[in-house]
Amino acid sequence: MSEKRRKRKRRKKPERPPRQAMPVRPAEVRVTDFDEVAVGYDAETAVVEASRCLQCPTHPCVEGCPVAVDIPGFIELVKEGEFIAAAQKIKETNTLPAVCGRVCPQEEQCEEVCVIGKIDAPVAIGRLERFVADYEREHGEIEIPEVAPDTGKKVAVIGSGPAGITVAYELLQKGHSVTIYEALHELGGVLVYGIPEFRLPKKIVAAEIDTIKKIGAEIKLNMLIGKTRTIDQLLQEDGFDAVFIGTGAGLPMFLNIPGENLNGVLSANEFLTRINLMKAYRDEYVTPIKVGKKVTVIGAGNVAMDAARSALRAGGEDTEVSIVYRRSREEMPAREEEIHHAEEEGVKFNLLTNPVRIIGDETNTVTGLECVEMELGEPDASGRRRPIPIEGSEHTVDTDMVIVALGTLPRKFISSTTPDLETSDWGTFIADEETGQTSKEGVFAGGDVVTGSATVIKAMGAGRGAAQAIHQYLSNGQA
Amino acid sequence: MYKIVSREQLAPKITRMRVEAPAIAESRKPGQFVVVRAREESERIPLTIVDSDPDQGTIDLIIQEAGFSTHELTHFEEGDAYQDVLGPLGEPTEIESYGTVVCVGGGVGTAVLYPIVKGMKKAGNEVITINGARTKELLILEDELRQVSDELIITTDDGSYGIEGFGSTVLQEMIEEGREIDFVVAIGPMMMMKAVADVTRPYEIPTIASLNTIMIDGTGMCGGCRVTVGEETMFACVDGPEFDAHLVDFEEQIARHHYYDEEQACQMEKLIDEAEEEKA
Repeated sequence: MSEKRRKRKRRKKPERPPRQAMPVRPAEVRVTDFDEVAVGYDAETAVVEASRCLQCPTHPCVEGCPVAVDIPGFIELVKEGEFIAAAQKIKETNTLPAVCGRVCPQEEQCEEVCVIGKIDAPVAIGRLERFVADYEREHGEIEIPEVAPDTGKKVAVIGSGPAGITVAYELLQKGHSVTIYEALHELGGVLVYGIPEFRLPKKIVAAEIDTIKKIGAEIKLNMLIGKTRTIDQLLQEDGFDAVFIGTGAGLPMFLNIPGENLNGVLSANEFLTRINLMKAYRDEYVTPIKVGKKVTVIGAGNVAMDAARSALRAGGEDTEVSIVYRRSREEMPAREEEIHHAEEEGVKFNLLTNPVRIIGDETNTVTGLECVEMELGEPDASGRRRPIPIEGSEHTVDTDMVIVALGTLPRKFISSTTPDLETSDWGTFIADEETGQTSKEGVFAGGDVVTGSATVIKAMGAGRGAAQAIHQYLSNGQA
Repeated sequence: MYKIVSREQLAPKITRMRVEAPAIAESRKPGQFVVVRAREESERIPLTIVDSDPDQGTIDLIIQEAGFSTHELTHFEEGDAYQDVLGPLGEPTEIESYGTVVCVGGGVGTAVLYPIVKGMKKAGNEVITINGARTKELLILEDELRQVSDELIITTDDGSYGIEGFGSTVLQEMIEEGREIDFVVAIGPMMMMKAVADVTRPYEIPTIASLNTIMIDGTGMCGGCRVTVGEETMFACVDGPEFDAHLVDFEEQIARHHYYDEEQACQMEKLIDEAEEEKA
């Protein structure tokens, strides 16, 4: 389209306001604490942003959402100033709107397919979702859904991350009794041990999860299924009619390079768990945290960004943090927003750099990272250009702490004690994509434990599908 | 909450706690451990299960005060309750009929050893137990071990009781005397387990050691408990805590153990300051 035609076209239409920016705290302020980075819309901004929605008849955004939120419906309510009704509209299909409004990759889901996005910036659906969920919570009016009469059926939900919480919420509403088994001492899974406070405040997670307690979920913490009880015990001895496994992908992967067991080399899971779950950054909590002066994070996904930004905060002013990644910026799997925030806060990026060995001193403590420079060749199986080492480019990066953020795999407590549950070579459960039905009758699975590490919202989508299938199974014996 | 049913002081700074944890009492096997969090603000601390009573729904833990968190755990009273107890974790000891089994325990490691000795005896082995401590007053579980062992040898570093010296030396002598030994279990300080491994390696006597590593969740998530075993990296929490002692890189484990020493010392100082303030 020529510049001239575009101008003419714009003149004809009523003026549409620009996509409303998300207010964020300045980088130099926010790196000094763990408080939330993004401040959120105020009511006025939310109404302006909502007015940008065309209410188009095709609403591809709903298709783009793994839990099929009625996006045009809730946005219309925002436009009318009916914020609480808008929040309740979202909660018809999404249990955790304040969480999803913050951590969903909307740019590759609902917002990616937004019709306005074809000619302008898409409607900021995620920001609106966050606004209404926060509004409802802050006005003390979190709605408690109605619960159908007791069906007499009992379901065990293993794991209290996004998938498990969704399944529990949906089944409780349908009148089934639900017991949630969580291995850690707090509910929430990755929302509490993985995602940092500055991106997802824990009191917001707790408030959203609290709803399932209010509608009658029985909670059993410190229960590691596969160790404390087995799936077969739950089904045969404890009287459960069905089981949902949403145990996620908790096992951190390492590089398998020399020096990886030196002191000062940690998985991102360990570093983040010390900070998030164990609250090591707070004085009154005992769990220690050590942060180097020159921290190197290996990997470039969202978890790598979380680890890098947490290190900046926990380390204080004289801590430098860099990301080492073997491909280029374009292939970085993290959300653009996270990369941008990390850059703003001072995280350095060492791209096209591949670690080959970790170097330590006589006390077995890390002092350096030997790397080799890479160039991009032909696309590989993942469709991304394959990084190839450049000969003779070996060099040592000075570092006193290495955080490995290369992804996670499911753990084996359940698969090793439930032989009739089929798994893939990666240790993920084989389950129907829609229903979560596994190879074992009455046992369903969904989320990262089926797909390998993915997103909060995909796990919730799987949870919704599984809840429907479990409900059917409990009603007529067929999933 | 997990109620403390009884508390017994076994030796200076070594306490036995009997804790209500019915699900764990029912499913635990020798060699497994729990992760305990005393209060909301506390660390998660791994502790081996010494014994259990499924009928009463209790497990026994023996805790030695070694730093801030173990000090906290041992200063709970009967009737108090721990915030969290998770378990049983780790793989159970492979208890089989090996023939003659020598179990070498050092210090509070003896507590970890006890259920294994009991299990080995029950499986029909001839069990020789070497129970070592620095001094007589730090020796624990003598009577209990005597009841489940065919032979009990006591050693103290200072000679205040039993044989003066280390368990590894006694084991060395037994081997040199030509006693047939089919399997060795060593549990105690890293240096002691390393010494036992060094004694049995030339004779190719299968030997296992139980590693007490730094860990947070205890369920395979943090990887803080990494240990090099031969060419492989293992997680003590899910692959262990017992490993082939001939393949464990003990030097690495000793270094890893000291990683948070400074932070621990800081916490202890805080504790001492608080105590002094209270006095004043």
